[in-house]
Amino acid sequence: MDAPQLIKVTIDGREVHVPPGTTILEAARQIGPEVAPPAMCYYKPLKGSGGKCRACLVKVTQGSEKDPRPMPKLVASCITGAQDGMVVENYTNPEVVNARNGVVEFLLINHPLDCPVCDQAGECHLQDFAYENGLATTRYEEERRTFDREDIGDKIQLHMNRCILCYRCVYTANQITDRRVHGVMYRGDHSEISTYIHQAIDNDFSGNVIDVCPVGALTDKTYRFKSRVWFSKPVDAHRDCDKCCGKVNLWYKGDEVIRVTARKNQWGEVEDFICNTCRFDKKQTADWVIEGPTKVSRASVISANKYGKNVIKKTGFGLEYAAHHYKPIDDTRPYDKNLKEIKQSEDYKALMEKNEAFFSKK
Amino acid sequence: MGLKILTEHIDKPGIETFEVYRKHGGYTAVEKALKKMAPDEVVEEVKKSGVRGRGGAGFPMGMKWSFLAKPEGVPRYLVCNGDESEPGTFKDHFLMKTIPHLLIEGMIVSSYALGAHKSFIYVRGELMYVIRILEKAIAEAKAAGFLGKNILGTGYDLELVVQPGGGAYICGEETALLESLEGKRGNPRNKPPFPAVKGLYESPTVVNNVESIANTPWIVNNGGDAYAAIGIGRSTGTKLISASGNVKNPGVYEIVLGVPVEEFIYSDEYLGGIRDGHYLKAVVAGGSSVPILPAHLILKTANGENRLMSYESLSDGGFATGTMLGSGGFIVMDETVSVVRNTWNFSRFYHHESCGQCSPCREGTGWMEKVLERIVHGHGNERDIDLLVDVAKRIEGNTICPLGDAAAWPVGSAIRHFRDEFEWYVRHPEEATKKGAVYMPQNVLV
Repeated sequence: MDAPQLIKVTIDGREVHVPPGTTILEAARQIGPEVAPPAMCYYKPLKGSGGKCRACLVKVTQGSEKDPRPMPKLVASCITGAQDGMVVENYTNPEVVNARNGVVEFLLINHPLDCPVCDQAGECHLQDFAYENGLATTRYEEERRTFDREDIGDKIQLHMNRCILCYRCVYTANQITDRRVHGVMYRGDHSEISTYIHQAIDNDFSGNVIDVCPVGALTDKTYRFKSRVWFSKPVDAHRDCDKCCGKVNLWYKGDEVIRVTARKNQWGEVEDFICNTCRFDKKQTADWVIEGPTKVSRASVISANKYGKNVIKKTGFGLEYAAHHYKPIDDTRPYDKNLKEIKQSEDYKALMEKNEAFFSKK
Repeated sequence: MGLKILTEHIDKPGIETFEVYRKHGGYTAVEKALKKMAPDEVVEEVKKSGVRGRGGAGFPMGMKWSFLAKPEGVPRYLVCNGDESEPGTFKDHFLMKTIPHLLIEGMIVSSYALGAHKSFIYVRGELMYVIRILEKAIAEAKAAGFLGKNILGTGYDLELVVQPGGGAYICGEETALLESLEGKRGNPRNKPPFPAVKGLYESPTVVNNVESIANTPWIVNNGGDAYAAIGIGRSTGTKLISASGNVKNPGVYEIVLGVPVEEFIYSDEYLGGIRDGHYLKAVVAGGSSVPILPAHLILKTANGENRLMSYESLSDGGFATGTMLGSGGFIVMDETVSVVRNTWNFSRFYHHESCGQCSPCREGTGWMEKVLERIVHGHGNERDIDLLVDVAKRIEGNTICPLGDAAAWPVGSAIRHFRDEFEWYVRHPEEATKKGAVYMPQNVLV
C-alpha cells in the first residue's frame, strides 16, 4: 500500500507537509516552536481534549486549494483539521495576537497571582503563556472567585482558585484510570473541579492528574513547599514496575530525590503515564537505575531566568514602559545636591543627632 | 387577520385532546405522508417551502435535513428542541401546552422523512406540566395508532420520547442538548463533526425547533410551493412572535413574515401600541441575545425604508444599524426603561448560564456583569464603557458555541446605540441611581 498523500499547509509563511487528518496545531508543531500556537487545554495523549481555552486561535486566510475562501472566524487550531493548500496566520496576524491577548486576560481574571508560593511556578504553562502573549497590566478591578483548598486523596491537593478549567485532569481520569470520581461541577466561572461529595481519589494512576495540570491547581503533597522547581535537577531514571513503564524523571535537590514525575516532551506533554507507587513511594536513589541528566528542551520563563535578563520580546516594550512612567527629576530635592554640602548643613546634623539619640536609647 | 398556519384552531375548546384535534383536520398530514409519499418527497417539499429554523439562527430547515448523513446500519435520530429559555421568548411553551398534537404530528411526519425510528422532544425541566400534557397527547396518539409499531399499517415504526432537561439555557444549543440527552453534562461540543454526521449517540441527528417542526404538517398537506408563497422573499411562511414589555397587548402572535414593524407595534390587531402616555424607546426584536435597537432604527432602516418583520429586513444594515429576527422574542421598552439596567440584567443572565467550558465566555460574561453592576449602582467611570466594548469584542466569535456571541451582542449594541445613557450613568451617578430616574434619549418616538 502506498503511503498516504501528504497535504501542504502554510503557517506564518512556512510550508509543511503532513498526512491528511492532522490538525493545524500539530502541523505547526512539526515546523517548530516559533510558529506553534500555545495550548492550555489541548493535550495530545488525551483523546477529545482541546477547543476549550481558545489560546490556540489562528486565522485561516485560505481554506484549501479547492475552496480558497478564508474562514470567517478565528478557529481553534487544536481541533481544526488541516486541508490541502491551507494558509494559516498565527503570530503574523494582529487579529490573532489581539484575541490571544484577550484570552490571557480572561484566564488571569480568576487566577491568583500567587506564583511566589506556588509549587508549579517555573514549569507553569500559564506563566509562559501570559509572559509570551499577555500584557503587563490588567484592567480587571472586580473581586475574584475563591474556593477553599481541598485534599483529593492523601497525596494530591486541589487549589481550585488556580484552576483554569482545561478539563485535562477529567480526561486523564477517564482515559487512564479505571474509574473517574472527579469531574467538573456547577457552571460558568463558579464551576469547580471536585469529587462527588468529597470522595477521595483512590486509584493507582491518579497521580497523573498532577502532571497534566497546566497550572498549580493539582499539586503533589509529598513535594509541597520542598523546593522551587529551578533549584532541583532532573535526571532520567527507570525501574522495573509491574504497573507502568517505570520511565520517570527524578528531581534531585542535593542528594535527595524530592520529586518523581513522568517524562515530558518538548510541548510539556507526558510521554508515558506512571503509577502512584513510582511517583509517591519510590524516593530513594537505590530504587532507580539512573540513565543520565534530563535534557530540558522546554524551559519556562522562570527556570530559564528570562525575567532577569533583558529579553523582553516585544520591540519597544521597554522604551514604551519607561516613557509611560517617566517623570522629570526635580533638581531642588536635597539628594541631588552635592553630598558634602548636605552633610555640612544644619538640618542634616540635627537629623543625625536625633537618630543617634534614638538608637542609643534602644 | 392574516393567515394562520399554527394557531388556526388554537381557540377551539379541547384542542389539546386527540378527538378535537383530529376533527379539525389533525393527523391528515401523517396519513398523506406515510401512505402516499416517499420520505425523500417529504424532504423535497420542506426544501421547496423554504421554511427557516425558528429557534433563532434562521438556517433553512430543508437544507439542514439534506445534510443528514445516511450510512447503512446506523440509526438516525430526530430531536425536537423544546428547551426554549431565551429571555423574552415563550412561543414554544405556548404552542406545546395549547396544541400538543400539532407538534406530535409534525414529529411523526419529520421522523418519517428523515428515516428516524426513535425521536426525542427535549423540553426544559421548568415546564413539567407541559411535559405531562405532551406525554398524555403521545399516549392518545399511540392509542389511535399514529405512534408505535406499524403506524396506520404502513410498516413504519416510531417511538416518541419526551425528555425533561435540567433547566439550563445552554442546553438549548444543539450539541449541548445532545450531550444532556445522552445523560452527560450539558457542554456544547466542538464542531465539526456536526450533529448531521455525528450527533446523538454518535449517530446522524437532526435537531429542530418546536415551531419549525410544527410547520411540517401544513407543508405536507398543502405543498411546499404553497408555503413558499406566504411571506416575503426568503422569509417564507408565518412566525410566532412572543411580544412582551410596555405594550397594550403583549402575548403570542402568529404573523405572516413581512408585516411592517410599525404595524406590528401600533396596530390594534397586534400589540396595540405603547401603553398610554408613554413613548417607544427601544426594541429587542428577537430574544435577549440579539442586538437592541433604538426606536428610530427599529421602525425604519438606515436607508429610510420601512422595516419589516422578516429575517432579511430586520438584519438590514448588519449589526451597525440592524438586528436579527432570532427566536421571535419581541421586547418593547418605553422611555421609563433604563437600557443600562436592562443590559445589566441580560448580562447577569448570560453570566449565570455560561457553561464554563471555554475561557472567553466563562470569564468574560462574569466580568461584563460585574462592570455593568458597578455602573448601574453609580460606581462606574468612563473607562468602563470602552472596557465593556472591548471585552464584548474579545468574546464575540472566539467561543465554542453561540452563547458567547449572545452575551456580547446585547452589551455591544446597547453601548453603540445608547452610549449617552451609559455616560449619564457614570457622570451623574446620584441622579441616575435615584428611584424612578428616567433618561430621555434624543430619538424617542411617540
